[in-house]
Amino acid sequence: MTILEGLYYSKDHEWVKLEGDKAYIGITDQAQLELGDVVFLELPEPGDEFSAGDSIGVVESVKAASDIYTPVSGRVVEVNAELTSNPERVNEDPYGSWMVVMEIADHAELDDLMSPEDYKAYCGQEE
Amino acid sequence: MFPYVPATDSDKRYMLDKLGLDDIEDLFKDIPDNIRLKTGLKLDQPKAELEVMSSLKELADQNLDASKAAVFLGAGAYDHYIPSVVKHLVSRSEFYTAYTPYQPEISQGTLQAIFEYQSMICALTGMDVSNASLYDGASALAEAALMAADATGRNKVLVSATVNPESLRVLKTYLNTKGIELMIIPMHDGVTDTEVLKDKAGSDTAAILIQSPNFLGYIEDLSEAEKAAHEHKALFVISVDPISLGILRTPAEWNADIAVGEGQSLGSPMSFGGPGLGFMACKSALVRRMPGRIIGQTRDINGKRGFVSTLQTREQHIRRDKATSNICSNQALNALAACIYLSTVGREGIKEIALQCWHKAHYAASAMTRTGRFSLAFDQPFFMEFPITSDLDPDVIQSSLLKNGIIGGLSLEKYYPELKNTILYCVTEKRTRLEIDTLCSVLEGLK
Amino acid sequence: MSYDRLIIECSKKGRRAYSLPRLDVPETALPDSLLRAEDAALPEVSEVDVVRHFTNLSQKNYAVDIGMYPLGSCTMKYNPKLNEDAASLPGFSDIHPLQPESTVQGALKLMHEMERMLCEITGMSAFSLQPAAGAQGEAVGLMIIKAYHLHKGDEKRNRIIVPDTAHGTNPASASMVGFKVTQVKSNEDGEIDLDDLKAALGEDVAGLMLTNPNTLGLFERNIELIAKLVHDCGGLLYYDGANANAIIGKARPGDMGFDVMHLNLHKTFSTPHGGGGPGSGPVGVVEKLKDFLPVPVVSKSNDKYYLDWDRPLSIGKVKAHYGNFGVVVRAYAYILSMGAEGLQKVSETAVLNANYMMHALKDLYELPYDRTCMHEFVLSRLKDNPENITTKQIAKRLLDYGLHPPTTYFPLIVREALMIEPTESESIESLDRYIDALISIAHETVEAPELLKEAPHDTPVRLLDEVSAARTPVLKWND
Repeated sequence: MTILEGLYYSKDHEWVKLEGDKAYIGITDQAQLELGDVVFLELPEPGDEFSAGDSIGVVESVKAASDIYTPVSGRVVEVNAELTSNPERVNEDPYGSWMVVMEIADHAELDDLMSPEDYKAYCGQEE
Repeated sequence: MFPYVPATDSDKRYMLDKLGLDDIEDLFKDIPDNIRLKTGLKLDQPKAELEVMSSLKELADQNLDASKAAVFLGAGAYDHYIPSVVKHLVSRSEFYTAYTPYQPEISQGTLQAIFEYQSMICALTGMDVSNASLYDGASALAEAALMAADATGRNKVLVSATVNPESLRVLKTYLNTKGIELMIIPMHDGVTDTEVLKDKAGSDTAAILIQSPNFLGYIEDLSEAEKAAHEHKALFVISVDPISLGILRTPAEWNADIAVGEGQSLGSPMSFGGPGLGFMACKSALVRRMPGRIIGQTRDINGKRGFVSTLQTREQHIRRDKATSNICSNQALNALAACIYLSTVGREGIKEIALQCWHKAHYAASAMTRTGRFSLAFDQPFFMEFPITSDLDPDVIQSSLLKNGIIGGLSLEKYYPELKNTILYCVTEKRTRLEIDTLCSVLEGLK
Repeated sequence: MSYDRLIIECSKKGRRAYSLPRLDVPETALPDSLLRAEDAALPEVSEVDVVRHFTNLSQKNYAVDIGMYPLGSCTMKYNPKLNEDAASLPGFSDIHPLQPESTVQGALKLMHEMERMLCEITGMSAFSLQPAAGAQGEAVGLMIIKAYHLHKGDEKRNRIIVPDTAHGTNPASASMVGFKVTQVKSNEDGEIDLDDLKAALGEDVAGLMLTNPNTLGLFERNIELIAKLVHDCGGLLYYDGANANAIIGKARPGDMGFDVMHLNLHKTFSTPHGGGGPGSGPVGVVEKLKDFLPVPVVSKSNDKYYLDWDRPLSIGKVKAHYGNFGVVVRAYAYILSMGAEGLQKVSETAVLNANYMMHALKDLYELPYDRTCMHEFVLSRLKDNPENITTKQIAKRLLDYGLHPPTTYFPLIVREALMIEPTESESIESLDRYIDALISIAHETVEAPELLKEAPHDTPVRLLDEVSAARTPVLKWND
């Protein structure tokens, strides 16, 4: 399992990459391993607004479906349409496969997320 | 000994010894004594095969069935011809004693048949995708309404008063319990009142539901309803008679988003109203909102064509409370019957059957109305059912017909109080000219 | 090379498999505006083609008439042939649901009698045969629970409790009826955790849905206390009858404290599953819930049976007409055949068969809940499993032995679950063959694991690509 440096991690196995006010959000390597082959993604529309913890979409394998929860609050500014037509990318490159870009309202929310080290420990506990 | 329970006393003794137990009762010790049934069930003694059959024959003989009477009753269940091959093939126990195809490698028979069923429902309706079946036409309409509410995120459904009243009742139950508003659009001249419909449709409308041919047999002009639905980004749902699609404009040609209907006509007997077959087909964009099982084509590891249940994350066994529906068991065997039926009648047969229904129904309607004493309730195009009004009490008509070996039509006043002394007749391809003429002469002989 | 054709691929213009009498009435012109533009693209084949096609397809199916089918919680028992004959009597199969009641007295009497017998078997006061399957029965039962609370003016009850071992239909049905779902945990004995249940109970609880024995095949020994707890907080108890085969003639849901329930006639009462349906899921209720049952109800007055529609408190209708009548006829014939004595033999033998198998397999397979089971039991992974062989691989290997695998990966709380329900239909020889196959597979996982990793080998098709089926769906023949 890979955990990248420089990202924030949530307990629901999402990662956040910050560029200014923009947060790129995807699911972690651990999440894609647990799901298996991803066959379908349902993502929000640009312009939709969410609070941290809201379900913003669904990622599905053949025999499982799990909600994608946004770790941060804000407005969706971009959705990765390429992923919905090529869902296997999520398995091949989970950290390259951002699902949405959110314009975030409150940077303090990032403090509630885990560092790579903490996330590694968290995944170890869950085993 | 019971023929369906092979264990002998010595088998049981041997098994109990293996378990280190004295008595079968020891296996039931987890059931608290308080709630054990101590007296035994108050049911009859077991019966032998001959005795069971004779009891059942006695009951069956108290019913007047279609082999003994000419049926002019439709209204949602239909006496169509079922080719012999259908019953023979559906009765192969490799089909009917199988479970839901959970292990695709040893369920290819069922899976491929359902895939073919889906393909033929799409061919009939013109829609993009079909599911593997729902319980019946009524619950299919209700599921379509729920699906539309889910897809649009809206909470109000408009339905025409000309939809089959059985379906309307089921729709009310499903929507009421879910807290979705149902508005009934009145009938005008035997068809949906499109002026009211246009007026009521709005940005809060999840779906517009219309049946054609409608409950009175009339073929609805759906262009205004379609515009009203799509102008407000609501879904347009049409309930159809699959036999009529042998000739009539398809739901896809009316630009429906979802097509549903009762498929009993496709090779299943009337069976006192069940089991029938609910079918549902929709545009591809809605496929992930569809309730029920869907079968897809794929390949095995050697590249050989095969079939599997697919898009299963919609279903209750995976999504639980977030599933698109709670349906698990469906009407697979009736879908198989429909698949065999449609293969048997084929491209030409479905047309010929629909045409015969059309011609015979129109012959019957003109023969019944020739004296002027009986008349069509409304002047609208119809398919194989039509309402006939007279000054006679429907009960009197019904009992006179019964005396002449005819099961007459349905009195409509119970459903539409304004339609007094009006009977809905149905003429399928099974009815002969002689039967129709007999019906007419009985009617004309009434005082 | 086994048969590999679609019916549409057998099509040839000019072939026919049907015949109709010549039209014997004058024709009436059809307005073009009403017509479809193109013919429906159905096959054109001969009757021989149809028969060979579907006969070939049938031979690619496994079925109860071929061998043991021990799917847990599905009760794949033998389907008596007499029942099929009974249901196809024209007096049952060729009657119209809207015929005058005077012409269907036999059908109404059968339904009335059936309801009475189901009441006796379950200890309920009244039954409706309308629900088309178990899941629809669940929805009806929950609608009745909802209607009961609302009728009492109690509008705050919007939550249904289900245990974590519940069938997926339970939460799905609750949600369909507009309830929120709370899941409670199972304890180390495989039964509802009472503390968790107590914590979940409250003024907003409409009811608890429970399968008993539960999906681990274990009887909920605290059922009386559970019923008291739920009733004390004002909720009702729903019995999911999926596992009723374990208890008929031995105990009744009505006596356990359940208020509303469904039965699956296609499980407990021997009607065939038809490759997925039709089923039948009659709903039974205690006295105080009678008025809420779906309309119409079959009643009797002056020796005549009639359909009673005048029931103002009824939840309404969930299905056209009166249910899957043809399925009810089969189950009725079954109850007549078995009688009280036979039904008791059914549960006793089903439970004995399950315990016998469990005992024979628990040395090689992990048994998470090691106690007397009822009609089914749940195994977990192999004890000696150096290659990490999965339950899926074991299931697929069973196919090579010519056997249908058990239910797998359910209930969700058991890892790698194998849920086995032999039913009373299997002889000791048949149980032994199945046990031998599972023992042999256990040895193969150590000695020849590649056999499992590549299974199945001898089936009409081998492992199918479900991922591409879901990524790029092909859902009809011209996709």
